[in-house]
Amino acid sequence: MMEVFVVSLLNGLVYGMLLFMLASGLTLILSMMGVLNFAHASAYMLGAYFAYTISVYIGFWPALVIAPLLCGLIGAGIEMFGLRRVHRNGHIAELLFTFGLALLIEKGVQMTWGLLPVPYRVPELLDFPLFKVYGTQFPAYRAFMLVISGLMFGAIWLGLTRTRIGLVIQAALTHPDMASALGHNVPRIFTLVFAAGTALAGLAGVIGGNYQVTEPAMAFTMGPIVFVVVVFGGLGSLAGCFIASILMGLIQTFAVVFDVSLADLLAKFGVTVTSSTPFAEVLNVTLPRIGALLPFMMMVLILVFRPRGLMGTRDT
Amino acid sequence: MLRGKWLAVFSGIVLAIANCGYASAQATIKVAYTDPLSGPFAQVGDANLKQMQYIIDYINSKGGALGKKFELVPFDNKSQPSDALIALKSATDQNMPFIMQCSGSNIAAALIDAVNKHNERNPDNRIIYLNCGAVATELTNEQCSFWHFRFDLHVGMKAEVMVRALPKTVTKVYLINQDYLFGQSVQREVKNYLAKLRPDVQVVGDELIPLGKIKDFSPYLTKIKASGAQALLTGNWGPDMNLLIKAGVDSGADLHYYTFYAHLAGGPTAIGAGGDNRVLAVMSFGENVAPAIGNKEAEAFAEGFREKHKFDFSAAGFRTIFEYLQAAVNKAGAVDATKIATAMEDLSLKDFLGFDTKMRKDDHQIITEYFVGTFKKGVKYDAEGTGLGWENTATILAKDVDQPNSCKMKRPSGA
Repeated sequence: MMEVFVVSLLNGLVYGMLLFMLASGLTLILSMMGVLNFAHASAYMLGAYFAYTISVYIGFWPALVIAPLLCGLIGAGIEMFGLRRVHRNGHIAELLFTFGLALLIEKGVQMTWGLLPVPYRVPELLDFPLFKVYGTQFPAYRAFMLVISGLMFGAIWLGLTRTRIGLVIQAALTHPDMASALGHNVPRIFTLVFAAGTALAGLAGVIGGNYQVTEPAMAFTMGPIVFVVVVFGGLGSLAGCFIASILMGLIQTFAVVFDVSLADLLAKFGVTVTSSTPFAEVLNVTLPRIGALLPFMMMVLILVFRPRGLMGTRDT
Repeated sequence: MLRGKWLAVFSGIVLAIANCGYASAQATIKVAYTDPLSGPFAQVGDANLKQMQYIIDYINSKGGALGKKFELVPFDNKSQPSDALIALKSATDQNMPFIMQCSGSNIAAALIDAVNKHNERNPDNRIIYLNCGAVATELTNEQCSFWHFRFDLHVGMKAEVMVRALPKTVTKVYLINQDYLFGQSVQREVKNYLAKLRPDVQVVGDELIPLGKIKDFSPYLTKIKASGAQALLTGNWGPDMNLLIKAGVDSGADLHYYTFYAHLAGGPTAIGAGGDNRVLAVMSFGENVAPAIGNKEAEAFAEGFREKHKFDFSAAGFRTIFEYLQAAVNKAGAVDATKIATAMEDLSLKDFLGFDTKMRKDDHQIITEYFVGTFKKGVKYDAEGTGLGWENTATILAKDVDQPNSCKMKRPSGA
């Protein structure tokens, strides 16, 4: 059992950090601009596809730099030429705008790269087992993902707390109206944050695309869980986002491992569930069968009982 | 006056267009095809569509049926039964005699029910449901219908083939399947045949996963490894299949994978070289089957597809469908659903590989040969440019997959 625990802990951590890379950009954008960017996971997908194409020609390492930059440029373009105009018409218009964008990007990817998964592979340099935990290999690439996301967390944190622009962003995160009233060039900061957020999602795509499978539905499957992380972590809180990401990663991993149902729980109190018990079907559903839904359940609960999220400073 | 003239021109155009549509409706036999063409499982529907189109072109070049050509009309059902029913409505509105659907036994169950009702209420506009791959066993047993013909082996048959393919050295297996009609059917049938044929095998794990929701299978692999399983048996398809095997290979677990669908488009790419000699697929065809049995013509047919598209031809079963349609329509002598359905019953043909096949009258289930492929290096045709391909390790003849059924079919009067 110890073996399962340690390996699951590592897997949960890797998945959580990947979620964090995706969600941190979205948290910044949502907290600051109030835009729930439905196209955020699309940037993740674009990052993976760009990295695949670049790595075919000049290798994985240049792709690691170029693909996120390309995503960032696209993000800046979207903000300057799209969102900024739509912004005047309120939040609903913004939301619909990004929603439409997500569908268009998915179709664009399908038309460019086809519907089948592309052979985007882990670079050879990192394609070996780093160590063994009780006989299960831990691929070096996963450690690399941990390192990259760790570095990224450090960079964002330093950028936000130690630079002038970071201070303005922080101010805009917690007190957006005040920041703009003080005369800071808020639109330019918006563009910057949106581009940075998109680039982060792109980076997550570059290192997540070969860890998972690069195919046109990857944005669709990754999208909802990122919203959960952002809402759960709370508006305006990067630390909350970090904790929520790791938590969701661990929950999803451990939900798979614990093969228990409500019936087992009841058995501890001396109640035996048979097929004639009311709701027997529901009581016998094991945790792994609904593991993928747990994060959504937690999101619903936190919205009811603590709308500002785990460490949020404002209500969602 | 001027307005009258424009009106005349306009109505002329409308008439011309309408005529055009009418004329082409007369000239072709339309087959509505509905599968996911968008969303997470779009890759499956798209691959099916391309292979079907390739086969239809061939059948039409061989004269179609009754001097008419077949025409495929695709409808996206987004993996939703409700959208499949909209496609059915559209097909019956246009008087199409056939609707075809491959992916999703839950969708198939909804379609069977809707087709039954439609045909009962509209005796002069009936439609036949050609099932090209929804394989839950129930569909030709409890739910069997006169209007439903299944052209792929059902789960029970595939499970038997899979269990027979398990080597004697394997004594501990783990089952993992999608949590819906089909996956539960696989779970049940595999256990059933293990108990019957291999009582020495112990099921150490038995897992259902939410359909299309899992992004990372490594936690499952940890659990599977800890259970001491030597082989993983799964009916998963689409991303649920590809991600599972990829996670398995990455974890370095010493496992063998017995699958129904690893050979389908996208699977080999996701598995990669790490799956060498570890992954098996119970399949209706693989590109190395034709060279293995020495059938040059079938080999050339599969090669023709590969030259046109970037992925492999795996859908020999689809060709069987259209050959049955061709024969049944010709035998019926009219494009009439009841006559064609009757003509299709007990029809037996040699398929393009040269094996005997038969459409069983009792339950409308095809009985056909099946193959077991092993994913390995050094085969004649590799899959998706991976350098590895499906070696044909076993050929199971139709007579050996023939299982009894429990269908009590309601037949329309006069059939």
